[in-house]
Amino acid sequence: MTMRRLINLKRVEARRIYLTYAVVIVAYAVCQVMSSTKFLSSSMRGMLVPICAYMVMAVSLNLVVGVLGELSLGHAGFMSVGAFSGVAAAIIMQKTITYAPLRLAVAMIIAAIFAAIAGFLIGIPVLRLKGDYLAIVTLAFGEIIKSVLNNFYLGMDSGGLHFSMLTDTTRLLKGGRLIIRGPMGISGIQKIATFPAGFILLMISLMIVFNLVNSRSGRAFMAIRDDRIAAESIGLDITKYKMMAFVMSAALAGAAGALFAMNYSTIVANKFDFNTSILILVFVVLGGQGNMLGSIIAAAALTILPEKLRQFSEYRMLLYAVILIVTMLATNNAEIKEFLGRLNPFRRKEEAE
Amino acid sequence: MTKAKTKYIPVPSRAILPERDIARDPVLECVNLGITLGGIKAVDDFNLTIGRTEIAGLIGPNGAGKTTVFNLLTKVYQPTTGTILLNGRDTHGMDTRQVNKAGIARTFQNIRLFKNLSVADNVKVAMNNEMRYNMLSAILRLPNYKREEIAAHRRALKLLSIFDMQNMADVPAGSLPYGAQRRLEIVRALATNPTLLLLDEPAAGMNPSETAELLDSIRKVHEMFQIAIILIEHDMSLVMNICDGICVLNFGQIIAKGTPDEIQNNPAVIEAYLGRKKEG
Repeated sequence: MTMRRLINLKRVEARRIYLTYAVVIVAYAVCQVMSSTKFLSSSMRGMLVPICAYMVMAVSLNLVVGVLGELSLGHAGFMSVGAFSGVAAAIIMQKTITYAPLRLAVAMIIAAIFAAIAGFLIGIPVLRLKGDYLAIVTLAFGEIIKSVLNNFYLGMDSGGLHFSMLTDTTRLLKGGRLIIRGPMGISGIQKIATFPAGFILLMISLMIVFNLVNSRSGRAFMAIRDDRIAAESIGLDITKYKMMAFVMSAALAGAAGALFAMNYSTIVANKFDFNTSILILVFVVLGGQGNMLGSIIAAAALTILPEKLRQFSEYRMLLYAVILIVTMLATNNAEIKEFLGRLNPFRRKEEAE
Repeated sequence: MTKAKTKYIPVPSRAILPERDIARDPVLECVNLGITLGGIKAVDDFNLTIGRTEIAGLIGPNGAGKTTVFNLLTKVYQPTTGTILLNGRDTHGMDTRQVNKAGIARTFQNIRLFKNLSVADNVKVAMNNEMRYNMLSAILRLPNYKREEIAAHRRALKLLSIFDMQNMADVPAGSLPYGAQRRLEIVRALATNPTLLLLDEPAAGMNPSETAELLDSIRKVHEMFQIAIILIEHDMSLVMNICDGICVLNFGQIIAKGTPDEIQNNPAVIEAYLGRKKEG
């Protein structure tokens, strides 16, 4: 058998990574230029930050779904943990850190830490399960997070932080501020999330995920995905690696949640429901499991699409669904893939070698 | 489930060790090993001692419990009775991962490779337990990440070169031809630095010339690493050629143990394989 005809995985992977970085950087530059030359409509400009957040969400979920091979249906839960803890932290730090980008960065780090803790705690019971059971339990935990945050009150006064559950019993001193108000969420958020911040977060997320995947941990993730029994037989600690991927994914989702929340003046826990989890899963599935560039493109396309379809008013979601189905069919069609493969200049060169 | 408490019971050694291993401690001792699966004694009263550099064969008709023995040794199943001593250590309470760390590596009857990983990565992932760098070094690409990754890659290529597979290092494991997949599985097992290698039907589905090649490869591995090997195999020419000692299993029990010559002439073995001669 001639080895030339077999795919060289290393080369394909390296190329895919550089291509992903390049596409993100070019897209950022183009969007920056377009928005500064007023070429972008204001509604589109307002969507730049949420798109970045969704891209990070898709990349982080892809780490669990595509690389580790476990279906998680509660990813929006980690986003909301990040959103609430990040925004609360930003409000608390409002006076101490006056430079907004720094405050945003610190808030995102705090959000990532809180989401990672949530991921770790949820991971303890969840990662003992496999396959469908794991998916269902993550769904349940996503809903639990939402309910908890819907009944969570956090206030700050001169005496420090106070929190209560179910009803507001924080009894703040005069001049105190109730930050998280249960089902009313957080309002009066300073909109400090910016497009460059989103771009940087996306680049950092990509760097973390790519470097992790191309390390001993990443090999372990993929080995567990491909064959759990064989992975155990060569001495891999399955629970440890699953937990590592799960926590890392939750942390990135938390940072994305903070970015997302600080683009709006009000945020409520109901925003991060099951539908959001599924939406992110759709990004991953449409973009291709394990394919980060695909996730990013899918996240951007599926966030812009509903806006662009507004002119069709009541047929909007119908068209959205049709486009989604057609895209899914087309991207999984062997003949179309073959056709696109023939257009790929890199591959042609390789065959000629 | 109440796990039967196992402890080491000294029994008069019924071991057959190759002469070169007599002076050394055996790598594996199974004493009274047994498991009941669904009310059936799948393996019962299994006593076996494997010398430090022995190549042992485990043969028997289909369904005799050969793979079950491997699954017991690697703790895929927890034994209901008996003791497994690996390098003199009781493996009671260990799981598959810990047994691998203690020195048992295996291949599978139906090939279990990480199909989407490259050939080199299949080998490198097996070296995971000897790599030290942490997640942070990986993400930030610190010097120890690079150093260890380069060392691991070199070692992977060296191991692959035993089977002359170093030029396939970057190919997805799933796209390899069948024989190469079997060989890769052996390399992957070797990468975990075992003291005992379990090969489950390594020659299954191979033609005679491939089997002959495999025989040379097993000899080569044995010579290079000086480890003990147990192989389950139906290809008698391979077994008789390569093994120092053979253990025959039927209905979960050992019916014969001995050198290849002894086994070939053992009436119980002939009966198990060919059935009893009709009287009259």
